[in-house]
Amino acid sequence: MLLSTPRSSADKTAIKVAVLLSVGSHPLTGRGRRAEQDARALEMALALPQADAQLIHAGRLNDESEPALRSYLGMGPQQMTLIQQPKQADVLPALEKHLRQLGPKLILCGSRAEAGEGSGLLPYLLAEKLGWPLISGLAAIESVDGSSATVLQALPRGQRRRLRVKLPALLTIDSAAPVARQSAFGPARRGQLAEVDAPVQMDTEQEGWEVQPARKRPKRLKIIKATSARDRFKAAAAKSEGSGGQVLKDITAAEGADAVLKLLMEEGVLRVSS
Amino acid sequence: MSDIIRRDPRKAWIARNRLHPEHASVLAELGMGDAQPAQWMGPNGVMRKDPHRVGFIGPAGIKRIDRSGVQGAPGQVQARSTAAQDTRTAVLIAEPAFHIVVVPDMAGGRLSAHDRDLLGLARQMADKNASAQGAVVAIVFGELKEDSWGEAGIDRLLHLSDAALEGYSPEYRIAILSAAERELKPRYWLFPDSSLGGGDLGRRLSVRIGERAATQVWQVDLESETPRCTGRGAAGRKDITRDLPRVLLALAECGEPVSDTRHEAQAIQLQQPLPEQLVRIEDLGAVAVDPASVALSEAEFILSGGNGVRDWDGFHQAARVLGATEGASRVAVDDGFMARDRQVGATGTWVTARVYMAVGISGAIQHLQGIQSCDKVIAINMDPGCDMIKRADLAVIGDSGEILSELVKRVDGLKQENRDVA
Repeated sequence: MLLSTPRSSADKTAIKVAVLLSVGSHPLTGRGRRAEQDARALEMALALPQADAQLIHAGRLNDESEPALRSYLGMGPQQMTLIQQPKQADVLPALEKHLRQLGPKLILCGSRAEAGEGSGLLPYLLAEKLGWPLISGLAAIESVDGSSATVLQALPRGQRRRLRVKLPALLTIDSAAPVARQSAFGPARRGQLAEVDAPVQMDTEQEGWEVQPARKRPKRLKIIKATSARDRFKAAAAKSEGSGGQVLKDITAAEGADAVLKLLMEEGVLRVSS
Repeated sequence: MSDIIRRDPRKAWIARNRLHPEHASVLAELGMGDAQPAQWMGPNGVMRKDPHRVGFIGPAGIKRIDRSGVQGAPGQVQARSTAAQDTRTAVLIAEPAFHIVVVPDMAGGRLSAHDRDLLGLARQMADKNASAQGAVVAIVFGELKEDSWGEAGIDRLLHLSDAALEGYSPEYRIAILSAAERELKPRYWLFPDSSLGGGDLGRRLSVRIGERAATQVWQVDLESETPRCTGRGAAGRKDITRDLPRVLLALAECGEPVSDTRHEAQAIQLQQPLPEQLVRIEDLGAVAVDPASVALSEAEFILSGGNGVRDWDGFHQAARVLGATEGASRVAVDDGFMARDRQVGATGTWVTARVYMAVGISGAIQHLQGIQSCDKVIAINMDPGCDMIKRADLAVIGDSGEILSELVKRVDGLKQENRDVA
């Protein structure tokens, strides 16, 4: 059933949290590094009180990926489970098998990988296979008890939404989550990579794909659909910048404040109800 | 009387001189009055215009011809505006060969620009084969404010609103989409690849129906023998071109929005009732966020202070009462009044606020660069000639401290009123 790794007695009440980690790549140099969102997921797991964080990576161990993987260990945990998978393998069956064996209450991961296809479909596939609920775009975990977790989801414009989810659950982390701690060199060197063998299923569908370096997207042209020459000329000659707004001169402070308040109310940015 | 046509040179002269006081009466006498239209079909099938009869006399007594039809004779205006409306051809697809389902985000209850691009792409895919046209079905949830469905290119509209659909309810929505999949059997599913909403729902649906979705799609090639699509991969550093799958998650500007056709947007319903849902994710509502903790780059409302601010306590007080995120110009930061991470501009943060209120900021070019994607800019400044006033949508010339304290008084008053009512 459970993996028989030695644990301290305090860990008996601990909530087992699996963190799925991937090898990231630097946006400019393309060099391997810890993936930004995965590192935030690990940070969130390490910051949870009474959580037993289990680090899991499915992939290959080679000279390129090892420093990236070890930089996760440099954040504090002593061990990472490495599920051996060749390149171009579909890691889903192997991950599913391992996670069923491990039986965590929570699975945390970034919302999409920084290398490969990077479609962000894996958490959804995994949740569907395991039959667990999934919450995307997580900003924080507020509390976890035996049967449910209360979390904050990141919305646009820095807004947050509170959700409660029944455990076990899969949570994907947004870039709004707290920044990952620094990775220390010593712990990264000392940490262990425990290799586990797993069934291999190749991803054959990718063979028909063409993968190229990203091309610059064409800029959309302003299409002018005018019926008369005058309209076309006006559209072409129009300045893109707004030609100045309303300027209120020689007025009292009260009148100025009224004008500003009116605009703020129109735009709906003022919250006077609470 | 002889048959010789006698001309009255004086009357002919008055008829030519449109400024003559007797011009109209002489024209009527000569039979050249209102009876003759300003334009008519000539004998060779060419439209003929009488330049003397179009246009109007401007305020300075000079004849003006306004070809836009905005001004001029009232009868002409009517004709022009109806003509402008009629340029969109109404398209009616009674028996579609197939369906394409689009699930727009409907941020704020309206179709966003991203949604319209997606509908444009759906339209392209549906109209590819003119003999077997498909129908674009939009599935929308919750309370809506949008009313131009047909103009956006929607043939069928499936609108579901339910108390259970408010807030974050992906499990219920997926149940509805799965039911739509069974009933409509759409050829393609299109979602906007936004972080929440479409990006989340689309991935859930693709997993549920067992289809490997193409994500971050920005180009769809319908001309090749098998349709292909190109999407970003590897965090935007790779382009992946592959055969078009049934589920597409597309980026903004993936297609041109529909502009010259109008569709019927006929309301449809699901035939089968939905199965009972086990709710595992419960929405506990929005959380009040401290505006000071919101990252400057994504704040909605910023109150920014610069060199002209004298009363910094009053400024902080105003930001707190207004519920605004604080920003600062470089000078304010260099002088130590604000923290470095609050600096707005080319060297600081590029902000995207909907309302940006600049207090005592003259508007250096670096600062104006930083606020170029803000919607509304309010400037409060002593100097009426500064660059910030030119950029601002509303500029108030005056002492910033006084205006801010007046504003705080008013907002406090409004809050008090609301409390009394409640």
